[in-house]
Amino acid sequence: MKPAAFEYVAPEEVGAALEVLARRGEEAKVLAGGQSLVPMLNFRLARPALLVDLNRLGELDFVRRGEDGGLLIGAMTRQRRLEREPLVAELAPLLGEAVPAIAHPQIRNRGTLGGSLAHADPAAELPAVAVALQARLRLRRTGGDRWVGAADFFTGLFTTALAPDEILVEMEIPPPPPRSGWCFLEAARRPGDFAQVGVAAMVALDAEERCAEARLVYLAVAQAPFAAPAAARLLLGERLEAPRIAAAAAAARDEMAPRDDIHATADFKRHLARVLTERALARAAARAQGGRAA
Amino acid sequence: MTAHTVELTVNGRAYRSEVEPRLLLSDFLRHELGLTGTHVGCEHGVCGACTVLLDGEPVRSCLLLAVQAAGHAVETVEGLASSAHQLHPLQQAFWEAHGLQCGFCTPGFLMTLVPFLAEHPEPSEDEIRHAISGNLCRCTGYQHIVDAVLLAARRLGAKP
Repeated sequence: MKPAAFEYVAPEEVGAALEVLARRGEEAKVLAGGQSLVPMLNFRLARPALLVDLNRLGELDFVRRGEDGGLLIGAMTRQRRLEREPLVAELAPLLGEAVPAIAHPQIRNRGTLGGSLAHADPAAELPAVAVALQARLRLRRTGGDRWVGAADFFTGLFTTALAPDEILVEMEIPPPPPRSGWCFLEAARRPGDFAQVGVAAMVALDAEERCAEARLVYLAVAQAPFAAPAAARLLLGERLEAPRIAAAAAAARDEMAPRDDIHATADFKRHLARVLTERALARAAARAQGGRAA
Repeated sequence: MTAHTVELTVNGRAYRSEVEPRLLLSDFLRHELGLTGTHVGCEHGVCGACTVLLDGEPVRSCLLLAVQAAGHAVETVEGLASSAHQLHPLQQAFWEAHGLQCGFCTPGFLMTLVPFLAEHPEPSEDEIRHAISGNLCRCTGYQHIVDAVLLAARRLGAKP
């Protein structure tokens, strides 16, 4: 046996799972797709007394259009479904573009949206994308729900706003701004490896083809998803032409302070961030202008 | 520790067993059911050797608890060949194109690639390399594996 012994429950309803967490949340771990938690159990880095398995909660597996034209996704929706789901491609194409970069098909067949968000690995794709999409997350405990913006949800290394008696049940993505374009890019040693650096970019244009909104959010350069506000400000009110994009990419590189890790040195990460930002902004701008993706 | 009852099918056959919740599906297949074709390499989801199908989709059996497979259909490499004398076309192609040397990783490659070929009957070399990016092989350098998949795809496509 690889993992240490634990008690195991697999409730059929969210309410039943919340009742267990209300009583024993401090000693329990919530099991979603298990693609990060089970390795930690196998190594005995995690030794919870109780595992609350959410995989029988069919009510948390959904993708649907919200009343405002946005997108609602249940926390137990598998990443593989996000990859194949036409509604994701239509309403949150940035998310659709990022999902195939998550690990390998075998992992995405089990891995879930909510599991990845709640695990909050700084090198994971979905947290950075959730911040770039200005998504809201619905956290539920016995007796009530609260909504937390994605930018406030990730509070540090593998750390989130979730309390021990709460479950992340749903993500709400607002409708994309008019005339917007997006791009997700990451660099890794091999497809499916942990990213050395990744960027989720989104721009919107006004009637005069000037940048009305810009978002740049990075993974694997800080302890949580890293937004680059100075770089984004350089784009506002400007035409998204090559010199301006290059200046913003350089600014993004200069405002981040990554650390060396086993995948890349800090200097290399900054270099990759500049290069990926330049490419991502060019593609996002082309998409916003309605042209073919560069 | 409370035992949990698991009822599932493996390669179409129904099984019922009492297991501890911490037992991994990979160890359940090998030690409880004697199906040792599923190989165990890294045991933390990196190498792909333990890949099996869960309801038709490839998954890492070392990252699933046996209790989680209750009520589901599991397929392993033992279920591929139609008889003791007739290999699955992909197995036959691996043999002929030298898609394996030591063979340790092979069950995981096969179980990854069978559903891939169903979804991509005419795969490009690039698509094949992406499909197997989650499976490690230390012998072949992958080239002969790619050759084997192309050979199998040609043969499977040639059938009426």
